[in-house]
Amino acid sequence: MALLSKKDANLILDPLADNNPITIQVLGICSALAITAELKASVVMALSVIFVLGVGNVVISLIRNIIPSKIRIIVQLIVVATLVIVVDQVLKAFAYELSKTLAVFVGLIITNCIIMGRFEAFALGNGPWKSFLDGIGNALGYGVILIIVGFFRELLGSGTLFGIKVLGDPIAKTGVYAFGYENNGFMIIPPAALIVVGIIIWVQRSRNRALIEEN
Amino acid sequence: MAINTEKNVYTVFFAVVMVIIVGSVLAFLASGLSGRIKENERFEKQQNILYAMGVHENEDEGSVNFIPTDRVEEEFSKFITQQLVINGGEITEDDEAFLIDLKKELAIAKDGGTPRLPVFIGEKDGKKYYILPMYGKGLWDAIWGFISLNEDMVVQGVYFDHKGETPGLGANIKMRYFMDDFIGESILDGNRYTGIAVAKGNNDPVNEIKDDNEVDALAGATITGNGVSAMIRESVNLYRNYLETIRQ
Repeated sequence: MALLSKKDANLILDPLADNNPITIQVLGICSALAITAELKASVVMALSVIFVLGVGNVVISLIRNIIPSKIRIIVQLIVVATLVIVVDQVLKAFAYELSKTLAVFVGLIITNCIIMGRFEAFALGNGPWKSFLDGIGNALGYGVILIIVGFFRELLGSGTLFGIKVLGDPIAKTGVYAFGYENNGFMIIPPAALIVVGIIIWVQRSRNRALIEEN
Repeated sequence: MAINTEKNVYTVFFAVVMVIIVGSVLAFLASGLSGRIKENERFEKQQNILYAMGVHENEDEGSVNFIPTDRVEEEFSKFITQQLVINGGEITEDDEAFLIDLKKELAIAKDGGTPRLPVFIGEKDGKKYYILPMYGKGLWDAIWGFISLNEDMVVQGVYFDHKGETPGLGANIKMRYFMDDFIGESILDGNRYTGIAVAKGNNDPVNEIKDDNEVDALAGATITGNGVSAMIRESVNLYRNYLETIRQ
């Protein structure tokens, strides 16, 4: 017996490719633009969203039958905000350095539309296990794009990956800089993220023409 | 028993219960962890002060490595020989001076009151370091740091940190290459206390000219850079009378 049934596996795999929250549903673009200038920040953000969306989806799913529909959005917000504060406090106590890196993203996680979107569209109508898979899947789909964008922006914009100079030293003119290569300063400003995301969307849709809309 | 979740009474009841549960979870967590969090913040301040006077564990040319937390208390008492508090004209010693919240003191100064300003005096290899705290505004949120000077008002080291500057741009003020640029710059222009400006286009990207009161700015981080300049200027101004007494 497989670990996951085919249907369950699709809950995780779909958002990674053909139903990606960023490139197909175009959700969560705001944070994808804001924090992808560095690969490290992208990874930290991806991990935080995986935790918050995975746990949040389960919590919402567990209480889905007793939430009054009039205040369900507020309830969802409270769940996200609580989880984010818990993460922040625990990190501050046990992984202080990491918590300082994360501090910027706390507000961004709460406003991330993917999280509210999955609560509303999936967790309110499905059981905890399925919701958990859906949450992890969507967060991974979000994280993958974040990391791809972060990789290209940091590499082309600063010539580094995780802060390590992989292309040589731009001031001492070593590595590729010896041949006249220059860092592209445009890559570290937010519009570059939009262009990189656009290229990913283009590549994805030309590989799978079924994704192209009629008009 | 089916619950009618549409009733107003139920909605209010649900909201109240939810708030109580969430509130107690968070309160419990916060009080349970506050001891550890306070301790971490204390260590961090000591690490930052030591970093500014050049007591750190930097290895290659890119890294910023503090004294590890398990040794920092010991190293702090070894290298920091005096902690002073300047209160108007009065200078007193205070072993807990590093816990003074500069943000609050600056607010007092702004309202016309007398702030309590901490100064840390460090000694390493027979040289004296005068370390001043700084606090200011970046683009999105607070920035702060420490600057260490010698008797000639030449910068011996700085440490900057920020709450929420843009990663890859303004956040780079805490990168080694930016902070190291300040070393050797003077905060004096002739006899005036000008501080050090973060300048764009000063034609000195590797910062070889040390007497121009300028360091090279970070690309794409104009406002954060201006914040750093303003923060240094403000700090230097606040401490001017004290600096006059140690200047040679």
